[in-house]
Amino acid sequence: MADFTLPAASRYNDVPGVSHAAPAGATRVKTFRIYRFDPDGVEKPRLDNFGIDLDHCGPMVLDALLKIKNEVDPTLTFRRSCREGICGSCAMNIDGVNTLACTKAIDEVRGDVKIFPLPHLPVVKDLVADLTNFYAQYAAVKPWLQTRTPPPPDRERLQSKEDQEKVDRPSACILCACCSTSCPSYWWNSDRYLGPAALLAAYRWIVDSRDEATGERLDALDDPFRLYRCHTIMNCTEACPKDLNPARAIAEIKKLLVERQH
Amino acid sequence: MSLKTPLGRVLGLGAAGGGSHHWWLQRVSAVALVPLGAWFVVALVTLPELGYGTVHGWLAQPAHGLAMALLVLVAAYHSSLGVTVIIEDYVPQPAKKLTALLLAQFLHAAVGASALFAVLKVAFGSAA
Repeated sequence: MADFTLPAASRYNDVPGVSHAAPAGATRVKTFRIYRFDPDGVEKPRLDNFGIDLDHCGPMVLDALLKIKNEVDPTLTFRRSCREGICGSCAMNIDGVNTLACTKAIDEVRGDVKIFPLPHLPVVKDLVADLTNFYAQYAAVKPWLQTRTPPPPDRERLQSKEDQEKVDRPSACILCACCSTSCPSYWWNSDRYLGPAALLAAYRWIVDSRDEATGERLDALDDPFRLYRCHTIMNCTEACPKDLNPARAIAEIKKLLVERQH
Repeated sequence: MSLKTPLGRVLGLGAAGGGSHHWWLQRVSAVALVPLGAWFVVALVTLPELGYGTVHGWLAQPAHGLAMALLVLVAAYHSSLGVTVIIEDYVPQPAKKLTALLLAQFLHAAVGASALFAVLKVAFGSAA
């Protein structure tokens, strides 16, 4: 069967975490419980507690992570870059939901803020997950324009306003991996199922009016695993921090595959 | 350990094709089960009792006997398609998966055939 529980070496409740109290005198304290794992160490993963004085911290979860790294524990490891929801680096599991730390407000979380790396991926260190397979899946759908007609010599390839609108939303994907790693089907079969992010990218090129490889793209997806492991669970759409709809894109691909048979 | 590239691993054995066919048949059989299922529920509720004589008289009517035969066949087929997907979802080990898929197919064929045989036996059997 698929593995429904973590292997013994990966369980995070076996080793007591380190607790860092908030500074004395802090009145608005929020506890952050953060997954820690050092691949170079011999210890199992653990959850560390950090008491944060919200009166001296920015509003977002990423602000708290940066404060911890700057002031409490510089070994805390996570990815971040743009701090405004456009780079997708700081995707992690916060309060049980995959989202971007930079756009998740601390006061949206009741009680302690539990932070884990994105689920069901190998952990590189602390909150950094290994996205190698995820990126390879993106590359596998050939996310670039494919044509046979040469471009007009004097101008760009033209596209109507309506046709551009079809790719507006799907091309707003920032590849943060929140969707794919929230999908149970992806958890069990990510070696063969491409996952919502890659399929949304595939859809973005399938509906691009300038692309001339639509048939080949559909051929490459007509597979029981690559596409049809999607069982319309909708976690992807629920998780997307950019409010995109990968589930609908996948449904549209399935419709196109049937449409060309009848 | 394999030194295959990540992209090579993702591309694997290529697209198998046929995924959309399976998906389509699952939908077609599901749609077929809607009227058949409704007919069956109505019949269960409206039949005065479920003794052999009553059911025999009911299934001996061509429309009802035919609908019942279709119901058991389509249900077994639809279930076979669905269980196949569940096995593919949750059983990644090749040997276990093959065994489970074979068993599931055989079981569904056996159940479908038995149900059909039972329907025919009641429909064409002697009146009690």
